[in-house]
Amino acid sequence: MTTTKFVDIDFSKIDSDRMRLNVGPQHPSTHGVLRLEVELDGEVVTNVIPHIGYLHRCFEKIAENMNYQQVIPYIDRMDYISSMNNELPYVMAVEKLLGIKVPEKVEYIRVIMCELNRIANHQIAIATFGLDAGAFTPFLYLFRDREYILWIFEKATGGRLLFNYFWVGGLANDVYPTFKEDVLNIVKQVRKTNKEIEELLIYNKIFIDRTANVGILPADVAINYGCSGPVLRGSGVPFDLRKAEPYSIYDRFDFEIPVGKGEVGTVGDCWDRNIVRMREMEQSCRIIEQAIEQMPDTGDVQSAIPKKVRPPKGEIYFRCENPKGELGFYVVSDGKDKPYRVKGRAPSFVNLSVLPEISRGYLFADLIVILGSIDIVLGEIDR
Amino acid sequence: MEVEDIYIKLKEKFGEAIIDLVNNPPSDPFINVSPEKLFDICLELRDNPEFDFDYLMCLSGLDYVDNLQVVYHIYSMKKKHKIVLKVTVPKENPKVPSIERIWRSADWHEREAYDLFGIIFEGHHNLIRILLPYDWEGYPLRKDYKEPEFYHGIRVPY
Repeated sequence: MTTTKFVDIDFSKIDSDRMRLNVGPQHPSTHGVLRLEVELDGEVVTNVIPHIGYLHRCFEKIAENMNYQQVIPYIDRMDYISSMNNELPYVMAVEKLLGIKVPEKVEYIRVIMCELNRIANHQIAIATFGLDAGAFTPFLYLFRDREYILWIFEKATGGRLLFNYFWVGGLANDVYPTFKEDVLNIVKQVRKTNKEIEELLIYNKIFIDRTANVGILPADVAINYGCSGPVLRGSGVPFDLRKAEPYSIYDRFDFEIPVGKGEVGTVGDCWDRNIVRMREMEQSCRIIEQAIEQMPDTGDVQSAIPKKVRPPKGEIYFRCENPKGELGFYVVSDGKDKPYRVKGRAPSFVNLSVLPEISRGYLFADLIVILGSIDIVLGEIDR
Repeated sequence: MEVEDIYIKLKEKFGEAIIDLVNNPPSDPFINVSPEKLFDICLELRDNPEFDFDYLMCLSGLDYVDNLQVVYHIYSMKKKHKIVLKVTVPKENPKVPSIERIWRSADWHEREAYDLFGIIFEGHHNLIRILLPYDWEGYPLRKDYKEPEFYHGIRVPY
């Protein structure tokens, strides 16, 4: 008689069904050099581990060895898609430490430039998001329009992406004579294209099927994770720093805060985050029109620039509403002409940390859409 | 709620653990707290409906040569007030309780502060380097940091 020997194996502990897949760091869908370690059960995502740091350029260490004005070009390179918006919180933080009040004209030019850059940023965000979902044509339309905005930047500052235009206390140079007409033409063009994009992409049945009810981010989770910008507003939280604590001259303009309402799916899904960007472009157009109307024609944009930037001992955290969310700079001064510490609180860095939370349980193809809807730039995540 | 009111309320509840309030404009006012009670203080700030701090804006490390600091910028979405907490720890033994379980945004911020300053956040579920390679040596944002000559046979300074 033979005896069968049973080996005691707990089959539930063997992870034979799970697969680990590496996405990136060189992958078109990761919007830069981001590596995702994805754990898959069949085609369903069970866990995502983002690995970042491939673009780390030691911004914070370099900033400690530069004087205050020299830090600005490095800040341009954080979020290289919306450099104008990046410069604003830093220069305003240092101005607040120094107690400088900049001329009216400077404030208006800053606001116009920031809002133009916000439109350019959202155009890229929507274009690449459409690309992630498989729509190629809107990408071409939006990139064509973005080019017109970059032409204005090039005429005014000399740079297409990296400007070094906002200085502590003023601007690098005044705008050119036909600036106002150019900007108003752009606004017209942006509105025209946005109407087309709404028909072509936003309310397209295939696009809605891909993005609605995918990657749902509830409002309380978004706040707890520190999300900001369109990611937070897509979850239905009407929080915008331009309204909540108006900096610069944003309290003079009439505009609304678009929020996600779950029109085609659930509040806080990918479609909601995208529509917030779409509607924000219209609000930016409104701000630009009002600013162009109110902007004084005369004024020296360099009159308040200090000869030597040497803030008194102190520290400040100043934050602004970037296109991607809350960008804050924590500047510590020890009374010398170099900052003791500059910490950039990058919106993409914080927004990306919510990715594992909202992508669990969706298909792998949805993970790419969810990542696209967060709208990250690796330059500011890795700094 | 103003910073002074928050300071008085916290002082009543935690006594010695709240060290002092520093307020000299144009700098942001901040409250020095002791690291032992930090977790309880943060929990109180979040859960007490009077404070209702639900949003951690920023968490930064700071190196003041003899000691290290962690700075917490906290904001309330509903009440629209903010506060800055500071914790000072000695450089030889930089241990701070993790507040990752209170505000999840602290997760990556604490990993960054560990990565660049070597501050140990006790109770963090996954305290590993985030920006630098996992086998990097030293903490670059410390003022006395010396960069290594070689990393895996690659010359570092150039």
